Amino acid sequence: MKQETIFELQSPYRDTFCIRAYTFGRGEPSVAIVGTMRGDEVQQQYICSQIVAELKKLEQRGGLTPGQSIMVIPSCNHFSLNVGRRFWAMDGTDINRMFPGYDKGETTQRIAAAVFKRIEGYKYGMQLASYYLPGNFVPHVRMLATGYEDVEGARLFGLPFVTICTPRPFDTTLLNYNWQIWNTRAYSVYGSETDSINPPQARQTVEACLRFMQRVGAVRQYETLPACDSICFDEGELVNIKATEAGIFVCLRPAGSHVEAGEELARIINPYDGEMRERIMAPVRSIVFFVHNRPLTLQGATLFKLYNTAKTS
Amino acid sequence: MIETFFSTQLPVDEQFALRRHVLRGKGRKDRTRRFCIVTGTHGDELEGQMVCYEVGRRVMVEPERLCGTLEIYPALNPLGIDTIQRGIPNFDLDMNRIFPGDPQGSMAEQAAYSVVQELQGADMVIDIHSSNLYLRETPQVRINVLHEAMLVPHAITLGVDFIWVHDAATVLEATLAHTLNQGGTPCLVVEMGVGQRINHKMCNRLVDGIFRLMAQMNFWQTGETDAKADKTPCPGAEITTPIVCRGDSVAFLNAAVSGVFLTEKKTGENVAEGEEIGQIVSPLTSQVLCRVTAPCSGYLFTVRAYPIVYEGSLMARVYKTPHE
Repeated sequence: MKQETIFELQSPYRDTFCIRAYTFGRGEPSVAIVGTMRGDEVQQQYICSQIVAELKKLEQRGGLTPGQSIMVIPSCNHFSLNVGRRFWAMDGTDINRMFPGYDKGETTQRIAAAVFKRIEGYKYGMQLASYYLPGNFVPHVRMLATGYEDVEGARLFGLPFVTICTPRPFDTTLLNYNWQIWNTRAYSVYGSETDSINPPQARQTVEACLRFMQRVGAVRQYETLPACDSICFDEGELVNIKATEAGIFVCLRPAGSHVEAGEELARIINPYDGEMRERIMAPVRSIVFFVHNRPLTLQGATLFKLYNTAKTS
Repeated sequence: MIETFFSTQLPVDEQFALRRHVLRGKGRKDRTRRFCIVTGTHGDELEGQMVCYEVGRRVMVEPERLCGTLEIYPALNPLGIDTIQRGIPNFDLDMNRIFPGDPQGSMAEQAAYSVVQELQGADMVIDIHSSNLYLRETPQVRINVLHEAMLVPHAITLGVDFIWVHDAATVLEATLAHTLNQGGTPCLVVEMGVGQRINHKMCNRLVDGIFRLMAQMNFWQTGETDAKADKTPCPGAEITTPIVCRGDSVAFLNAAVSGVFLTEKKTGENVAEGEEIGQIVSPLTSQVLCRVTAPCSGYLFTVRAYPIVYEGSLMARVYKTPHE
């Protein structure tokens, strides 16, 4: 394993901010993995650390494919992680909305530019990402529909789902979008949660990333657990369940649950007298793909996104 | 009349509401014509609060002069203003990057959708911003090059110092102004001052400009008393001839090193090429880390207000004076 510093920034009041990259193997740039870009992505940080640990072991026992290299950037934003902020602590900007970056621009544009310069040219790119709404997912691979999205490649992770979503104007500055435009087959890998560590779910994601690397030939000796035959769909097909009332959100069915039509998913409770304001029911037989994970809910908030299994069976 | 045009429950005993003040002209047939003032999209931008207050106050003093309908939307992001933060609490995205919104989306996206539904079809929308905590801006109007012909004449009437006709960018397609302008509703974006503060002089000047534009568009009847300093101006009154900046004629000064940026410069000043704009210093070692100089001669329309800088932080913007 070779360690390098790909970006350095002096701080007036803190330690020097450095972005580190670890490279395994030598040769053609095969797979690049980018870990946290937001300061609350501790699950993503944990997953990345476990991938690095596995790659170190693989390299030591000769399990990497000769002539190919794998690079991991565990964190692009530990300055925010260390002070409990989601976005760049100094100005509140989101590094993941600064791509492809600009090396003469604002600080987070420069960070994005340095990261992008280093990861450009890899054949495959994985980002351990988090969503703009608070919630837990079934582990899946997500891609923006740019015309270059590689659906078949995404299936090689062997995660339960692969999703495609139509980019909106504000998505055109995401890493996934720009990586694709610059000829890397890019996949955003979503674990179950963001701001807490779930070791079993993290293990599933680590296995998926290593399985992918084995299937594309970057890794030659890795015995992964059995893979899923991924279901691929457009996110527009998900059934969104919204809160018709605000209050305390009591979730009864976590992400990944199979539910029947009419089954109770959650309750919304009056915070003052404990009376039930709303009983959230599944409208169709489905799998809980996304679930809101905050104890309170606004009226109109998206509480669940369901994958309709009645339609497909 | 105070109207609530969007409302939703917050979790505990509180209703979230977007409100507007609707003032209708008296004795006029054409009340369907609408002039709208919106602000408070970013919770740290407060100049628009005084402008809303002052425009409404002046109209209520002389309501008979109002023609058509004036709608004042002082707070598109009331929770952001209340919590002293730029964005919407518990929501990742900048509100001015989610337009035209989504009636099926999150609360913020539903609110954005509702805002667009209410504003579209207006004869004019003035969208007031005041930079952010970090930068101080000279009073200016920003216009996407796609809408230059439609908007520049109106911007001149507002009487600002500077009109920046900027290039189109995909990410800016999700702003309120772009959404409205693309749909045929003219919307001028005003930027002035600095976040979390109110500059009375700038606000009063913009209020005068708004009345001038309203008069020109026949929303406000001019009177004999307009010439007096304490009254709203008539459309023919002398106004500043703004700089109209197009293309790549803006130089950006980003910090070469991290430190504390000290400057005596103010927005609206002219600078010569090579002139010192400020210094980046170290309070720990008492050293000057970098002297910041103007890369070209021109008009300083942005100056950093928040002194702590990281490498890359924007310190100033200079409009390059064209060669004679």
